Amino acid sequence: MDLFSCDVLVVGGGGAGLRAAIAVAEADPKLRVAVISKVYPMRSHTVSAEGGAAAVIKPGDSLDEHAYDTVSGGDWLCDQDAVEAFVREAPEEMLRLEHWGCPWNREPDGHVAVRPFGGMKVERTWFAADKTGFHMLHTLFQTSLKYEPVRRYDECFVTRLLVEEGRCQGVVAIELATGKVLAIAAGAVILCTGGCGKVFPFTTNANIKNGDGMALAYRAGAPLKDMEFVQYHPTGLPFTGILITEAARAEGGWLLNKDGYRYLQDYDLGKPEPKPVLRSMELGPRDRLSQAFVKEQEKGRTLEGPYGHYVHLDVRHLGEKVIDRKIPFVRELCLKYMNIDPVKEMIPVRPVVHYMMGGVSTDTLGATPLRGLYAAGEVACVSINGANRLGSNSLTECLVFGARAGKAAAAFAAERPTASPSLLAQAQDEQRRLEERFLRKTGGKERIATLRSDMHETIEASAGIYRTESALREAAGRLQGLQERYADVSLEDRSYTFNTELTAALELSFMLDVAQTIVHSALERRESRGSHQRRDHPRRDDEAFLKHSLARRGENGLPRIEYAPVTITRWPPGQRVYGR
Amino acid sequence: MPETVTLAVARYRPEAESEPSVQSYEVPFRKDWVVLDALNYIKDRLDGSLSFRWSCRMGVCGSCGMTVNGQPRLTCASFLSSEPPGPIRVEPLRYFPVVRDLVVDITDFMRKLKQVKPWIVRREEKPLAEGEYRQTPDQLDAFKQFSMCINCLLCYSACPIYGLEPSFIGPAAIALAQRYNQDSRDEGSAERLEILSHHDGMWQCTFVGECTKACPKHVDPAGAIQQYKLTSAAHWFKTLLPWGDR
Repeated sequence: MDLFSCDVLVVGGGGAGLRAAIAVAEADPKLRVAVISKVYPMRSHTVSAEGGAAAVIKPGDSLDEHAYDTVSGGDWLCDQDAVEAFVREAPEEMLRLEHWGCPWNREPDGHVAVRPFGGMKVERTWFAADKTGFHMLHTLFQTSLKYEPVRRYDECFVTRLLVEEGRCQGVVAIELATGKVLAIAAGAVILCTGGCGKVFPFTTNANIKNGDGMALAYRAGAPLKDMEFVQYHPTGLPFTGILITEAARAEGGWLLNKDGYRYLQDYDLGKPEPKPVLRSMELGPRDRLSQAFVKEQEKGRTLEGPYGHYVHLDVRHLGEKVIDRKIPFVRELCLKYMNIDPVKEMIPVRPVVHYMMGGVSTDTLGATPLRGLYAAGEVACVSINGANRLGSNSLTECLVFGARAGKAAAAFAAERPTASPSLLAQAQDEQRRLEERFLRKTGGKERIATLRSDMHETIEASAGIYRTESALREAAGRLQGLQERYADVSLEDRSYTFNTELTAALELSFMLDVAQTIVHSALERRESRGSHQRRDHPRRDDEAFLKHSLARRGENGLPRIEYAPVTITRWPPGQRVYGR
Repeated sequence: MPETVTLAVARYRPEAESEPSVQSYEVPFRKDWVVLDALNYIKDRLDGSLSFRWSCRMGVCGSCGMTVNGQPRLTCASFLSSEPPGPIRVEPLRYFPVVRDLVVDITDFMRKLKQVKPWIVRREEKPLAEGEYRQTPDQLDAFKQFSMCINCLLCYSACPIYGLEPSFIGPAAIALAQRYNQDSRDEGSAERLEILSHHDGMWQCTFVGECTKACPKHVDPAGAIQQYKLTSAAHWFKTLLPWGDR
């Protein structure tokens, strides 16, 4: 085992993680900051975000409008103090990225350009063509290279948080290239590992999105907040889950059922107009669009293909010029990965899991209830996303709360808390566990892929777009069964060098834990709010459920659900109204 | 349409064997499957011990570059149906040390990337309170193409110079240096020129353009290298003149 130490350890090298690392380096250049990631940072999933990042910059817009769109979009489950801090710091963070070289699209006079996005009353989405996340990530990564104090552990897979005396003091990780186990002691740890879309069968999320950070925190005793809120993106490609950005609809794309009818008009989302109208029809909020798909499917008005039901996204009427200028990525994706040309053909789409509103519970500075542990980005729940995230808030969230968590962790680590002597023994335990349970295990007959597909089926059938008590109860039982079967997993690969079967097994275990928190949280929330739609409790119930769920790991290994209040500052709960 | 296709996959397990070998797998032939889908089928159903990198399956994370039928390619963008009949050969990217199976060691590139200072260099930073740097769409276009590099390293694997001269700083790193040189906000081109002029590999580049052909993002590293040679030559020429820079 190799031993290392640093002051602040950032787990994950995507948008939030790199922003946090730079914030630490800037806060105190004497601090030793490190980024550990299971992939090279520029491979992180931030790279896939297409549409844009919201921040108020134009006249005619205001922080209050951004805050209100966020809070109402979140069906009033957002903590409004967090939202106010978020919208206030968003413009500065976006400008900082501009100064670091992000190639934002521009107005003819050289100012940054913004565009409209679903659920927004005023245009405020900054964009870099339709590769916004890609450009943000590479700008952050390349900029991070100039900060000498930032050390990196690339392709190192964190398996466990080290907790002693009620404080997170580091991690245990596997260096993939060699299989060596690393114990890294740290004054503070910031989780920036992103979401958990791969718990679901149809998702826009990349292969690496397995809820690692959520499960690590949950196992270490930190609660996961609002895990029942899973955002579907209404327009993914059926087989690959590749996302067709909302920008395709913002530029004027239509959603059509099998009869070529703009079906959203039947679901209280406004009337069809030839030009796109903000907050109406195809630019309504994501959850409502996804729900309309299920109802349309039940009416038998969707199409059916080899990968299940779908509808059409039609952009043909925009013409080749507009498509190539405004949404070139959409055309490129369709041609390269589906063999479809959207200039001439309609694009088959279906709702796919896109984003996790829930995550490791943090305060507005990114601190979790476990001392020394911080979280930012999709892995965290601050909460600014409430029951449904507003489009183009997530990239900005990575910057604002990445920076906040970085500063807070730096301040905590600057006190130089000393590592507990028993840390090493804990790390050795973990090394033994990895050896005994996986690499030197005898017997066992379960295959990773089989368990994974059983988990997919279970979660899709119970915690998908619509949920019921009975389906969730059944799923809770099945997931427990899968946990038992997991103990019987056997690896074909027993080698130390770049063993991706071992990491797949560890990821599956993370996902099973996360799936349980989703199902149990959804079971206990007997109301419908935002992305959480209960057929047996179709109304929002502010009296009983205007509160955050907190899932903690109980002694029996099952999630125990508690509740915490929602912070309301200026916007009392109202109705979400669209298309009017 | 055939029902199955054979993948002839390069294997190398340093703990068990001293030389690479080839292992063949029979996988379903599907029109919408890419080579990466076939590799995942193998991993999930046939042989859990096969190692390769992948993540986004949409050509933007840059993880899944391999040599497919002799060509450096993103396996997520290579349809099985586009390959000629017969077994499809899948090998690791050329010119990189192989860690295991289809996984190559890219630490050399990571070091080179940092050497070219791929960040905005300013003599004086503009305070945030003064807002953004103005940059017109034309100024953006001047470097945009070079900013599209996903670091997939297909260009290194295609580059005959890099194959012979591993110290060559290489196509992607030069394109990224040029990305910042051409950015109207940057003032670091002289520093970068200084760094690059110490690398003689650039002068060996014969502008065969293999890198540009291999690039899945149309970055045109060969064009960047050509631009660099011209700037560099002009810079050198200036230094020879009595009234020159230095």
